[in-house]
Amino acid sequence: MDPLMDKRRSLTRRQLFGRTAGGVGAAALASLLGDQVPAEASRDVAGGLAGFPNFAPRARRVIYLFQSGAPSQLDLFDYKPQLAARRREELPESIRKGQRLTGMTSSQSSFPVVPSIFKFAQHGESGAWVSDLLPHTAQVVDKLCFIKSMYTEAINHDPAITFFQTGAQLAGRPSAGAWVSYGLGSENQNLPAFVAMVSSRIGQPLYDRLWGSGFLATKYQGVKFRSVGDPVLYLSDPPGIGGPARRRFLDDLASLNQLKLEEVGDPEIATRIAQYELAYRMQTSVPELTDVSDEPQSTFDLYGADAQKPGTFAYNCLLARRLSERGVRFVQLFHRGWDQHTKLPHDITRQCRATDQATAGLVKDLDERGLLDDTLVIWGGEFGRTVYCQGRLTADDYGRDHHPRCFTVWLAGGGIKAGHSYGETDDYSYNITRDPVHVHDLNATILHCLGINHKKLTYHFQSRDHRLTDVHGNVVDGILG
Amino acid sequence: MTCVAVLYWCICAVQTGHAAPAEHWAFVPPQRHSLPVTSNDTWPTSAIDHFVLARLDREGMQPSPPTDPVTLIRRVTLDLTGLPPAPAEVDAFLADHEVSPEEAYRRVVDRLLQSKRYAERMALIWLDLARYADTSGYQTDGPRYMWRWRDWVIEAFDQNMPFDQFTIEQLAGDMLPAATLDQRIASGFNRNHRGNAEGGVIPEEYEVEYVVDRVDTTATVWLGLTLGCARCHDHKYDPFTQKEFYQLFAYFNNVPEYGRAIKDGNSPPYIPAPTRQQQKQLVQLKQELASAEDDFQAIADQIEASQKDWENLLSSHANDAEGTGPDVPTTSAPPESELDWTIPRGLIARYKLDGDLANAVGQVEPGKFSEGAGSFVAGASGKAVECRQGLTVDAGDVAEFDYFDNFSLGAWIYPQSKSGTVVSRMVPIAQEKGYYVHLENGRIQVNLVVRWLDDSIRVETTRSLDLNKWHHVMMTYDGSRKAAGIKIFINAQEEPLVVHHDFINQTFILGSEPLRIGAGQSDFVGRIDDLTIYDRDLSAAEVEIVANAKLLDALVATPPAERTPADRTKLRAYFLSQPAPEAIRLAYDRVVTLREKQRALKEAISTVMVMQEMETPRDSFVLIRGEYDKPGEPVSPGVPAILPSLPKNVPNNRLGFAQWLVDPANPLTARVTVNRFWRMLFGTGLVKTEEDFGVQGERPSHPKLLDWLATEFIDSGWDTRHMLSVIVTSATYRQSSRVHRAQSLAGSATAATTPTELTDPENTLLARGPRVRLPAEVIRDQALAASGLLAEAVGGPSVKPYQPKDLWAELTLGAGAYQQSEGPNLYRRSMYTFWKRTIAPPTMVTFDATARESCTLRRSRTNTPLQALALMNDVTFVEASRALAQRVMSTHEDPQERITLAFRFATARRPRGDETRILLAGLDYHLDRFRQDPTLAEGLLKIGDHPVNEQHEPCELAAYTTIASLILNLDETITKE
Repeated sequence: MDPLMDKRRSLTRRQLFGRTAGGVGAAALASLLGDQVPAEASRDVAGGLAGFPNFAPRARRVIYLFQSGAPSQLDLFDYKPQLAARRREELPESIRKGQRLTGMTSSQSSFPVVPSIFKFAQHGESGAWVSDLLPHTAQVVDKLCFIKSMYTEAINHDPAITFFQTGAQLAGRPSAGAWVSYGLGSENQNLPAFVAMVSSRIGQPLYDRLWGSGFLATKYQGVKFRSVGDPVLYLSDPPGIGGPARRRFLDDLASLNQLKLEEVGDPEIATRIAQYELAYRMQTSVPELTDVSDEPQSTFDLYGADAQKPGTFAYNCLLARRLSERGVRFVQLFHRGWDQHTKLPHDITRQCRATDQATAGLVKDLDERGLLDDTLVIWGGEFGRTVYCQGRLTADDYGRDHHPRCFTVWLAGGGIKAGHSYGETDDYSYNITRDPVHVHDLNATILHCLGINHKKLTYHFQSRDHRLTDVHGNVVDGILG
Repeated sequence: MTCVAVLYWCICAVQTGHAAPAEHWAFVPPQRHSLPVTSNDTWPTSAIDHFVLARLDREGMQPSPPTDPVTLIRRVTLDLTGLPPAPAEVDAFLADHEVSPEEAYRRVVDRLLQSKRYAERMALIWLDLARYADTSGYQTDGPRYMWRWRDWVIEAFDQNMPFDQFTIEQLAGDMLPAATLDQRIASGFNRNHRGNAEGGVIPEEYEVEYVVDRVDTTATVWLGLTLGCARCHDHKYDPFTQKEFYQLFAYFNNVPEYGRAIKDGNSPPYIPAPTRQQQKQLVQLKQELASAEDDFQAIADQIEASQKDWENLLSSHANDAEGTGPDVPTTSAPPESELDWTIPRGLIARYKLDGDLANAVGQVEPGKFSEGAGSFVAGASGKAVECRQGLTVDAGDVAEFDYFDNFSLGAWIYPQSKSGTVVSRMVPIAQEKGYYVHLENGRIQVNLVVRWLDDSIRVETTRSLDLNKWHHVMMTYDGSRKAAGIKIFINAQEEPLVVHHDFINQTFILGSEPLRIGAGQSDFVGRIDDLTIYDRDLSAAEVEIVANAKLLDALVATPPAERTPADRTKLRAYFLSQPAPEAIRLAYDRVVTLREKQRALKEAISTVMVMQEMETPRDSFVLIRGEYDKPGEPVSPGVPAILPSLPKNVPNNRLGFAQWLVDPANPLTARVTVNRFWRMLFGTGLVKTEEDFGVQGERPSHPKLLDWLATEFIDSGWDTRHMLSVIVTSATYRQSSRVHRAQSLAGSATAATTPTELTDPENTLLARGPRVRLPAEVIRDQALAASGLLAEAVGGPSVKPYQPKDLWAELTLGAGAYQQSEGPNLYRRSMYTFWKRTIAPPTMVTFDATARESCTLRRSRTNTPLQALALMNDVTFVEASRALAQRVMSTHEDPQERITLAFRFATARRPRGDETRILLAGLDYHLDRFRQDPTLAEGLLKIGDHPVNEQHEPCELAAYTTIASLILNLDETITKE
């Protein structure tokens, strides 16, 4: 990251102060600098690159429901009735084709096929197949577009989830949310443009890099809202320095910094004064946002009772809607615990119970509020799971290893074809037989919905222009509405 | 097969307008140009200034006036030590400066460059380049121990090690003739990359990634080149082919390493790396032990005689046993209960199984039969338990060992069927989690299992045990997490083993499963006797004693000539442990105690990962599209053709490569390094794209100055201190950093009114001094120093200062709690903060520290609301504010003096009148508020572990704390001016 490049492209004074009205310090400062103070800080865009969006966007914001650990497509969406008759048969070589396996099962002596033990049925007018693990999702299938033919290149969690989020398997690249806030800026000056939230304490670890800014300036990284303590780190004032005392503190700080600015003339000082004002406003806007007690009972009926408990997936879904209402550009949820190498039937049931109602509730809620039209919702994990059993296979128990060659994700909302299913896999859900969609294709499509040509959103670093989709990616026209 | 390499596939947006690669400036060796003629003879104080002024002359600009002495000493102190000057240092400098400004400044520079703080400051910068961290990264991100390497770096800067030596030792210290411990530690530089310990990774894939990381990092740090682009194809812009990338790859591809990293701890190869103090202790202990052993040896005859006396006494006692014999001291005889004595040290459980399931060690519940009542039959000694299908022993919560523990398990067994588990703590299903000693088809196995196949160890004897016979079976494990650390003894003979699985990376502690005797994977059919469990790995000599079932009285009764060596060993061991006269026992104890101490010390010594060459070099290939499983043409080591070839006298290996890097003919290394020094002091390099000196990088703003510095560096013998001294004593460095000019040097009207911001916002032309926000670590360290909390100690294991509760637990697997340090370790310099790559210390990251997942040369420099929140509310800064308040309140009574001193601790200068007025009015305001509600004051003062000074009235202390916080939040405080 080049600080100077960044400064050059950074906000003009007008951009900075024009919309930061509120605090005495900022108002005083803005008038000192001869800037007009607009009446209200509303939804106009701050930051972002000139010329972005490149064309009229279908979605203004993203809610990404990432299911970390990789849910089994075979047990949720990719219905394979033919497998019932092949239970315990060895996976045919004609299907496996010598493709690589993880170090966990590559030395297994046998690869017995295991069909899902869960019942599937068709739902909605679109007739989408959904297993009985997801009764709520089944009710909203006509709003969703399933991609049955997702595939990725990585076979282990860390590189695979990093690949999904940053377009590269190794650390060091900006996450999708960082790219979007770099390109499009923020629609809300009192909240970060990019927010990440995590739920469930079991399963694969997560890492800062998944919402990190890579080589972009750190200001583009996602702000992680936490479920314990301050929702944003260090948001709360210490006792005795809150409320009017903090206001006084900030006014005095602004006056002293202002004296310095007049003395040395470094515009960084003006920026700093403004950032303290923004921090002050976040101290109000974030607690307002995360306090869901103003929601009616109907909300909790919709999302489930868990939506009252911080740290749950349901609460995070509700927060995602509240953030979207406030114009936050990119809301990235991670729900952990989908890595079912063994005891899959038991564990996937637990996962679905924790997520199904809130997921469907979010889609319905956005729809009812008219937000779904310009909000893109994405659901999926970092890869799929194998049709063959890992570990013990009994009448009601089995496990599945990582499978990058095909899996299911769904999208909904702004720009997406509703009630649609795209791509197909073979009878074993092992290989794609029609319309493969690569991770780069998905990312290109997400950017497309936001009005961004993925080839134009670039940043020059270490000798070359980088982008979220590297040198790949095709917009998947077949899923666009 | 695609793999992680795909990300390197570069974009092909060819840019034109640059020089053809062959004449690209950076590939031409630097030349020492003569100093240019300038408009002003008096301004320059060094060669640097001539080059800078010549450029300003061309632009019709003037340099800024020198900055004031207070700003100057703060600037240079922060730059060279990463800590602020204390008010006393400022005062001393000012006094000195009055007399002779130039000498005064040079004395300060010398003092700073000689300080330990300087060495730490320089090392901190190096840690980013070296991607140093305390964890291994990737998903599991477990701890590793590289701080001995980090301390080597500090020492190297402290000794002003010439940069060429600094380079060679870090890249190839292990290959130097008769490499010293320090040189081997230095080679850890290229083991600082991440290591993937995730279950299921394909090791070959990551073996390639690690080597690629070494090539990338080395090329970036020393050559300023983005060679990673050539991993998949020929470089698009710079004259490097893909084949040349793999020729460099070949230099770093000979490390005996495994692609799947160790999850908790260092991954091989690593070495014990005692600190200097530990090295001394080791020598001392060795001497003490040698002398103790000599002393013990010297009384060998005495021991022999004394033991004979004791035996005679026992025999006579035994002979008299039927009679009276009141004159024989009975205490000399082993009591009945000790006749089956065995090695006591480390014995944590012993099931003699002589008719019951009691544990002879400690107050532990006896075992229980799995069902009903089992039976006891004649054993190897006394009785034995009879196990059969469905009837085994559950011994409860005993012997909970883990994969990094030392332990030994031994028992007599009399198998009547070819398979069955002798002893275990495991989920009782084949190949499940836990440990178990198992008989499989007559062969003895030891299994340590987390997940079968890829996270487990299994070793097995080659010979089968006869059925229906007694055998003593004992396993020992040294906690090394390797199959080689397991030994199996049958009747005290170490057996050759077959290794079936040899990789274990996680805990197999279960908690829930009991110790089972005769059960685990499957039930044992036969007899088991005298199970002994040790929490250490016994030596072969000790196993011989444990495996000797003869009772002591029987041994004594055996005429000495008929005793086996094993008998004699056991008898002697018992004699020394109990009945021997005190002088003998003391001499023996001393040897044992010292050996224990030596062992404990060795175990306490941290290891460090190092580079090492395999005896037979690994073959290297061009990897097609950079993919690990697509080898193409074979390659041998070599340097890129566009750069000079290897010097004649060096070998074509990693050592030769390191020597080539610092050969004066190399056009890049010196330039890249001095450019980094320049960035450290001015905020931006003369080449702004510090990581890219290639065709796509920016050209130097002052090419001749860069060359002058590079040649000066080489000519000085790669003297880092000299270079820094030259730069900070230049007039260029000493300019005022004001963007508006209060006054111009020459009094020219235009210069006086034109802010240089407008003409040169990035200060490329250097018409003013640097004004740059401080790095994350320096911001925290400065607050600690200002408040007096800073605990200065150089080096040692990393520490864990304040961090929001649960930050780790939220993202990691269950065991991810952050164990906050206590006492002084809360206040060490930030370079010693434990660095977890996937969840880096949050305030550091907020102020643009990098996660250290890969080598990073330039951090971004942002200005965000989260920084404001951290400075105002992070307990580190709130506590520092209170400590600063206490410090100034204890020094002065007068509010203005107190505030002035606090201001000086943070900014070095005194506040001006208008500033003082704002601060004093603020103080009154906050004091009023706290007096209205003193509970608020109490709440504020409770923040942080540092004790509250009870002498101060709480409301007053709280008000000063608030003002101190205000001062620590000033833009000026966190900025180098």
